[in-house]
Amino acid sequence: MDINMGKIYAVWLREVKRFTNSKSRIVGSLAMPLLFLVALGGGIGSLIPGFNYQAFILPGIIGMTLLFNSIFSGVSIIWDRELGYLKELLAAPTSRTTIVIGKALGGATTSVLQGLIILILGILFGLASPSIAGFLLAIIVMVLFSTFVVSIGIIFASVITEIETFQLLVNLLMFPLFFLSNALFPLDKMPDWLKALSNANPVSYGIDALRTLINGAGSMPFALDIAVLAVILAVALLFAGFLFNRTSI
Amino acid sequence: MNAIEVLALTKKFGDFTAVDGISFSVAEGEIFGFLGPNGAGKSTSAYMLTTILKPTSGTAKINGFDISHDPEKVRKSIGIVFQDQTLDSRLSAYDNLDIHGRLYDMPAPDRKKKIREVLGLVELLEWEKKLVKTFSGGMRRRLEIARGLLHTPKIIFLDEPTLGLDAHTRRHIWTYIQKLKQQGITIVLSTHYLEEADALCDRIAIIDHGKIIALDTPSNLKKMLGGQVLSLKSADNRKILELVNKKKLGANARVIADAVSFEVKNGSEAIPGIASAMEKAGIKLESIELHVPSLEDVFIQLTGKQIREEGNGQSDFKRRLVMHGH
Repeated sequence: MDINMGKIYAVWLREVKRFTNSKSRIVGSLAMPLLFLVALGGGIGSLIPGFNYQAFILPGIIGMTLLFNSIFSGVSIIWDRELGYLKELLAAPTSRTTIVIGKALGGATTSVLQGLIILILGILFGLASPSIAGFLLAIIVMVLFSTFVVSIGIIFASVITEIETFQLLVNLLMFPLFFLSNALFPLDKMPDWLKALSNANPVSYGIDALRTLINGAGSMPFALDIAVLAVILAVALLFAGFLFNRTSI
Repeated sequence: MNAIEVLALTKKFGDFTAVDGISFSVAEGEIFGFLGPNGAGKSTSAYMLTTILKPTSGTAKINGFDISHDPEKVRKSIGIVFQDQTLDSRLSAYDNLDIHGRLYDMPAPDRKKKIREVLGLVELLEWEKKLVKTFSGGMRRRLEIARGLLHTPKIIFLDEPTLGLDAHTRRHIWTYIQKLKQQGITIVLSTHYLEEADALCDRIAIIDHGKIIALDTPSNLKKMLGGQVLSLKSADNRKILELVNKKKLGANARVIADAVSFEVKNGSEAIPGIASAMEKAGIKLESIELHVPSLEDVFIQLTGKQIREEGNGQSDFKRRLVMHGH
């Protein structure tokens, strides 16, 4: 396999610079999760006495931030194709595998930065009190989860070539993945059908791992969460590399 | 050694043959022009030579490297300026170049030095920190040219480098291209602007329907026409056409864009005789125009059409569909 660290860094650097050059995108993408945390968390929380619902959904909201920003980073290849930059990438003496890895890590970096902002706000609001080790491990979990979702985005961008399809992807895949997970509801209180869907949903494992690390309230073994994340990440990344190798301008 | 050797290069998209067995070579330091209407196969040829598209059959050697067997070496030795814009508009001019340099494995000191050098060449040095989205069309083209030159390629491919630019900016870019030639860089220029090909190219390949139909220096191409061209216009052009053919007033008479054009040996001396012949035949002329051969006339002669015909947009659209379908 032809992988070049300097060129991976180049693709990564582009993603990060695009992100830091666009202040409105940062603010815009944080608004929705904060609204969920404050309004939904506060509102529903008041219906459940004796249970800190806001603290419960904090890992779910971090997961949501990662999920939507990461998929957006992955499918941004569609925009690159539409706006021409993909030609510059594909015409360079750089292997497709290098481009995919750089893109996945770049997308993960910008997404995890936003997830971290939510986590730190949560800590400041007193919704979470992780240990230093838990905090650092949480970052690693975020990176694994986010790289997985960016890879899913790259897979879609390699197959679909029209921007219009992206809206379909969000409505038919991303919202179901978010709502049919353990992000907003405790697994043990779910009806059986929802529990089954949530258990089959890779998003649940990322959120459960974060929940274990942030406020010790995970419901599945941490090792299982990490194992599932590692396996789906490896499969998604390989598949993304394979499909992107076949993509054309 | 020739910079480029092309042998029977062919690209098919399903049933549609975009490039049909073209062969030619380009000498080192030459400006070689590809002239043809939109959809003639210029861009597809350039994509194959720059290893972005794989040929259906045929081969080419770029700087001695085979496009099918050694694509990475080909890529490293060439620069490309695409027809449509391929900059990242959310990055600064400097960052667009910096990331390009990293993708081409340029070490940091060399990269920094060359970025300043190419930005200076296209006069964008004072704009280096500005985001590209704030740039005008002309500035973007200049930055694309700078980027194509950054890694010191031996050959640069310019695909319609002045498309959609105003006359002033176009001339500006022509002077950059001439500067490159002075540095000994081989240039492959695709264009559908005849005056551009005429002004810049050492040799021109005229391409239509995926085939090279003529390849020579601009002056030799113009000599092919033999004479000067007269264009006569009246309410009924068919009568003019009949008379020209019947009385052998000129050669190769045909109706092009509302006028009858034909070749004569010496236009200014032929005009009085032709005008009176028309009058005798009862044809009321609206205008007589004489022009000495241009590349446009050569193009019309060879293809039977003008290079800038209407409906280009549509044929472009059709090509896009074909490309997406495969």
